[in-house]
Amino acid sequence: MKNFKQIFKEAENAITGIAAAPGIVIAKAYLFTKEKLEINDGDISNIEEAKSNLVEALAKSKKELNKIFAIAKEKMEGQRAAIFEAQMMILDDPILLDNINKRIETEKKQPEYIVNNEISKYQQLMAHSHEAYMNERASDIEDIKNRIIRNLQKKRWISKIQNDMIVVSDSLTPSDTILLSRCDVRGFVTEHGGLTSHAAIISRSLDIPAVVGVHNVTKLIKDNDTIIIDGFHGYILINPNEEQINFFSAKHEKLIELQKSLAELKDQPAKTIDGHEIQLLANVDVTGEIDLVITNDAKGIGLYRTEQIIEELGEIPNEEEQTKIYLNLSTRIYPKPLIIRAFDIGGDKFKFLDFTEPNPFLGLRGIRLLLENENMFRTQIRAVLKASSNKNIQFMLPMVSSIREIRKSLAIINECKNELKHEKINFDKDCKIGIMIEVPSAALLTYELAEIVDFISIGTNDLIQYLMAVDRGNDLVSNLYQEFHPAVIRTLSHIVKESKRAHKSVSLCGEMAADTLAIPLLIGLGLNSLSISPTTIPYAKRIIRSISYEKAKILGDECLASGTVEEITEKLQKFFKDNSITRTRNII
Amino acid sequence: MIEHTVKIVNKAGLHTRPAATLVKLASKYKCDFYISKDGLSINAKSIIGVMTLAAEMGSELILTFEGADEADASKEIIDYFNRGFDEL
Repeated sequence: MKNFKQIFKEAENAITGIAAAPGIVIAKAYLFTKEKLEINDGDISNIEEAKSNLVEALAKSKKELNKIFAIAKEKMEGQRAAIFEAQMMILDDPILLDNINKRIETEKKQPEYIVNNEISKYQQLMAHSHEAYMNERASDIEDIKNRIIRNLQKKRWISKIQNDMIVVSDSLTPSDTILLSRCDVRGFVTEHGGLTSHAAIISRSLDIPAVVGVHNVTKLIKDNDTIIIDGFHGYILINPNEEQINFFSAKHEKLIELQKSLAELKDQPAKTIDGHEIQLLANVDVTGEIDLVITNDAKGIGLYRTEQIIEELGEIPNEEEQTKIYLNLSTRIYPKPLIIRAFDIGGDKFKFLDFTEPNPFLGLRGIRLLLENENMFRTQIRAVLKASSNKNIQFMLPMVSSIREIRKSLAIINECKNELKHEKINFDKDCKIGIMIEVPSAALLTYELAEIVDFISIGTNDLIQYLMAVDRGNDLVSNLYQEFHPAVIRTLSHIVKESKRAHKSVSLCGEMAADTLAIPLLIGLGLNSLSISPTTIPYAKRIIRSISYEKAKILGDECLASGTVEEITEKLQKFFKDNSITRTRNII
Repeated sequence: MIEHTVKIVNKAGLHTRPAATLVKLASKYKCDFYISKDGLSINAKSIIGVMTLAAEMGSELILTFEGADEADASKEIIDYFNRGFDEL
């Protein structure tokens, strides 16, 4: 049988991208192109269904606006807030909705067409006016119109997706990814995004194979093309021939076998051959993932990304709702620890309507945004504390860059604790508070920061992007996002050493630990705790169980002395070869 | 039916905030309420309709109320116009 290289050398139908989530899938493609707002004016047969889709789209739009409003409220001037309120009122406008519903009944056309046509009439009236401000008003109306249409289309798209398809898209938002995963999507292919894009992270979490950053893919693949995606190598074959299908079907079978053997490791500890145990924790994005955390025998949840709740619900949950979610998770994982990270909103994770930052990654995000929106922060702190009665919850602050931010947050946390005491509500008064180190300034100050908190967690995704000055979502420079850059390795080593000097525990919760190549190095640098996607835990455990801690330490020292990415990568590959460890991607 | 002509007296005109307030006031009443300007007549219980009116300071609008509670409705709404949408 031909090997992998031969198959690809001969293939004229192969394209490559970044391997974002492991697995092999052979299935039909479904093109999910949401950017262009093309109105479908097709006839409909089920009027009731169309009307209920409209109701749903309006409700969804309202939720979205509420979410944006809740965040932006404190920042908005009265004038913008009024426009917001007017947009909300349009979603309830009895005259408008009555007309739209009547037209759906009589014309029997797609609701998105009627909505577009009806609202456009008003826009035309505005455009005829000579007043300058009316143009602005027309664009506000455009905004709300597009929002309703987008939500109607989403419903139509989702309903068109059959089970067992591979979704091909230009990019995917976290909420799209979650939404699509509920339709039993088999795989994801996107034109944009890198290894740490949220679509990639969520695909890994949900165990859905994905290849991202595939140039031009939405033009190369057509609806209903049969495609093969190899999420280990980042390869895609479009309309494969029989030989290719046979080759990958065989690989797929091997993969299932491997997964079975990995499952047998479940009750084995993540110990090196010389007896050094590594704590493998799970990153949790989606609440449903807790089952995967338990099946894969994680030693706890090292990172619960709470902003995903906002993505899932479409709004910021209140104190009660949050308490319920956190308590449920803490009970499920008990007695193992649950580290809850405060909402890391901003950057690419949240779109503010009235609030476009020119440089969101360097803007109001993480702890900065929480301290500016103290009510939202307090609500979350209170919910975390109220859920902490099992005494296994820890709370973590994202994007910290100074001592001042920590002091201010700790003061707020203390105030919340006092409030709860007065209210006679039971909580864990020793609930540990930690910080994420993901900004270079915080990395340099690790010792001082570690002294005033209980634990340190290194977030490599952001740390690397800030250290390298590379936007991780930008295809033009994403090749400069190098996790094995000597500066990255040395910074990691500094953080680990300084945390230990301050006698505080340190773990790493970025995607870097999901790369099996990085594991011996991270252990060699002195990390005893790694938090990764639950589905990658067995893969990591297999590597850990085949290396020697003493040798990993030597590897760590050698890499710290290296000055180039190439040198480090070569050393890592040599380590795998010398110790006869095969990476998963090379087994199957 | 009550018909009444009002003049916009505040500087900013019938902008979004007063438009929203106007619709909320109108929605409290059962009677029909229409606003006409330059031959265009819109249902004032519809925010999107009210937003299509370009009513600058000094422009004149004809308000029509028709229904059981038209007297109360016209009183409150005309008063709101005369107060310059509380922006004077």
